[in-house]
Amino acid sequence: MSNTKFILGLFDDPDLMMHGIDKLQKNSIPIYDVYTPMPIHGIDDKLGIKPSRLGYAAFMFGCLGGTTIFSLVYYFLVHDWPIDIGGKPAFAAPSFIPATFEWTVLFTAFGMTATFFFATHLFPGRAPRVMDFRATDDRFVIAIDAKGNVPHEDITNLLKEAGAVEIKHNDRKYVSYE
Amino acid sequence: MASHNESILREPLITGNDITYAKITNDVLHPVENMPTKAWWIGFTIASLGACLWVFAVSWTFWYGIGSWGLNKTVGWAWDITGFVWWVGIGHAGTLISAILLLFRQNWRNSINRSAEAMTIFAVICAATYIVAHMGRPWMAVYSLPFPNQYGSLWVNFNSPLIWDVFAISTYFSVSLVFWYTGLLPDLATIRDRATGLRRRIYSVLSFGWTGSVKTWQRFETVSLILAGISTPLVLSVHTIVSMDFATSLEPGWHTTIFPPYFVAGAIFSGFAMVQTLLLITRKVLGLENYITMFHIESMNKIILLTGSIVGVAYMTEFFIAYYSGGEYEQYTFLNRFIGPYWWAGCMMYGCNVLMTQLMWFKKVRTNIPISWVLSIVVNIGMWFERFVIIVTSLHRDFIPSSWAMFYPTWVDMSVFIGSIGVFFTLFLLFIRVFPSIAMAEVKLLLKSSSEQAKKKLLADGHLDPSHAEFYKESLTKFDSVELSEYEKI
Repeated sequence: MSNTKFILGLFDDPDLMMHGIDKLQKNSIPIYDVYTPMPIHGIDDKLGIKPSRLGYAAFMFGCLGGTTIFSLVYYFLVHDWPIDIGGKPAFAAPSFIPATFEWTVLFTAFGMTATFFFATHLFPGRAPRVMDFRATDDRFVIAIDAKGNVPHEDITNLLKEAGAVEIKHNDRKYVSYE
Repeated sequence: MASHNESILREPLITGNDITYAKITNDVLHPVENMPTKAWWIGFTIASLGACLWVFAVSWTFWYGIGSWGLNKTVGWAWDITGFVWWVGIGHAGTLISAILLLFRQNWRNSINRSAEAMTIFAVICAATYIVAHMGRPWMAVYSLPFPNQYGSLWVNFNSPLIWDVFAISTYFSVSLVFWYTGLLPDLATIRDRATGLRRRIYSVLSFGWTGSVKTWQRFETVSLILAGISTPLVLSVHTIVSMDFATSLEPGWHTTIFPPYFVAGAIFSGFAMVQTLLLITRKVLGLENYITMFHIESMNKIILLTGSIVGVAYMTEFFIAYYSGGEYEQYTFLNRFIGPYWWAGCMMYGCNVLMTQLMWFKKVRTNIPISWVLSIVVNIGMWFERFVIIVTSLHRDFIPSSWAMFYPTWVDMSVFIGSIGVFFTLFLLFIRVFPSIAMAEVKLLLKSSSEQAKKKLLADGHLDPSHAEFYKESLTKFDSVELSEYEKI
């Protein structure tokens, strides 16, 4: 039994990599994850990743922002200290619209982005969990958990057939740790 | 899918023959990973001297007060608000490129959005400093926020466009920053994975641990799309609200309902001019001719022509409505732009913004780099004068002729303005030094479908309508980064 923890198939072309994913899946080899330097549409479907629900979060944050500022302005100008401006009503709803709109956008943007960072574990100073350094440059990397997926030669051959330019048998999961 | 054959009729977005994903990374990161060139140092020295001038002039303003500016009781707003509106307007192009063009699926935005968004952020910083500086006592800025206070609490007046502006500008700045920085994460990770030692540690912190796994990319795209969706109305709201600072007053020349769309068009107009000014130099100095191509330059010139013409229509509408309203004060204000003491400012405004941009109808002009650059500067100057004319020329003829006055800027006015340009360029030069000036991940997306080499392969394969192929070859003649001789054989 070798020490190989992860088998990486490195492709230099996104279409060949997609082909590689198909090939592995046809042979019932589970794919751990795929790392690409740019967003490739369609991998998420192949790997069974559900569509993002960030849109719902964004909508809720937007509602929260709009409600918050509208309530605050109502409290300030209607309840707490109504100002008589030429006898006009204190509840001048049209002039509440700009601030309400701005905070709706503000809360949507910050809330949604924070949710995105939280859900994908991104934050300043997080140790990068990189499997191959060129995955952010010019390599499209398919990672296969080596444990339980044997024989490794078969996987290597499949990747080679699919057009991988390089196949790595890594003893460590992440190469970015020192 | 990453690739499909794009119509041959579309012009290439990446030129050059041996472009690979790795080459894109190398080309874009070259200025980040190497010591700066002489040109950068010269630019940075001049820009930072300007920034020092700004620090000095603003400190002078804070020490001696607004009295050190040329304002008087008739012209109470002048270069300060002119500069503010000018800078906010310049910022708008970045959001237009990053948000509106994303929604319209304009792929040519991919190679210019990063630097245009950076420009947005720096321009809004310059605008915001004007707001704080024109208060004279900068700590008074806190009274624009609805904090509980010992006066009652006496709250800020949400019926006032100035308060809307506080909300609009602060939201615009922070949302633009979030949009820009989220987009930067994948590219910062690229720098991190190529670096060693301290650089790696720094970019590791900056890149938030980005790896490019399937799930993060999928979420990332959702976030980008929604941020674009909300930034689009946001950017329109910002200059609408800026225009309401004027339009809701009773001042002839300001009190017009056309202001919101007119200001938004003007903002995009001046913003694209500034993008053009910066990118034509950046592309040359950083050697990015293959990514920021003649197609990009011409497209931007077309937008400048369109928005400049919208601004021209707005000018004519203003004049017509002033005549048609029958209000003599309104009529006088507009006549005064030509026959008053500020006639020269009016001529600069109408000449630079409307007449000069009409030259862009000619393809020879649109695809000529030196002329495009000069015209972009002309538009920048014209749009500054537009705000000057709206603000100073409208104010200097008060309702009581005994209050009529002129505005003469002092050296402090001038230094704050020149200095703000210095601040802007200092920030921009630092940006191209430490961050990738082109969104690498997004440009890589175009390589297999929209690059010159992909199209050349299509041509070589045949199977194309010969007239389409001819059309495509014809369109390549304007490019300065395409070897035309290679197309004679195919």
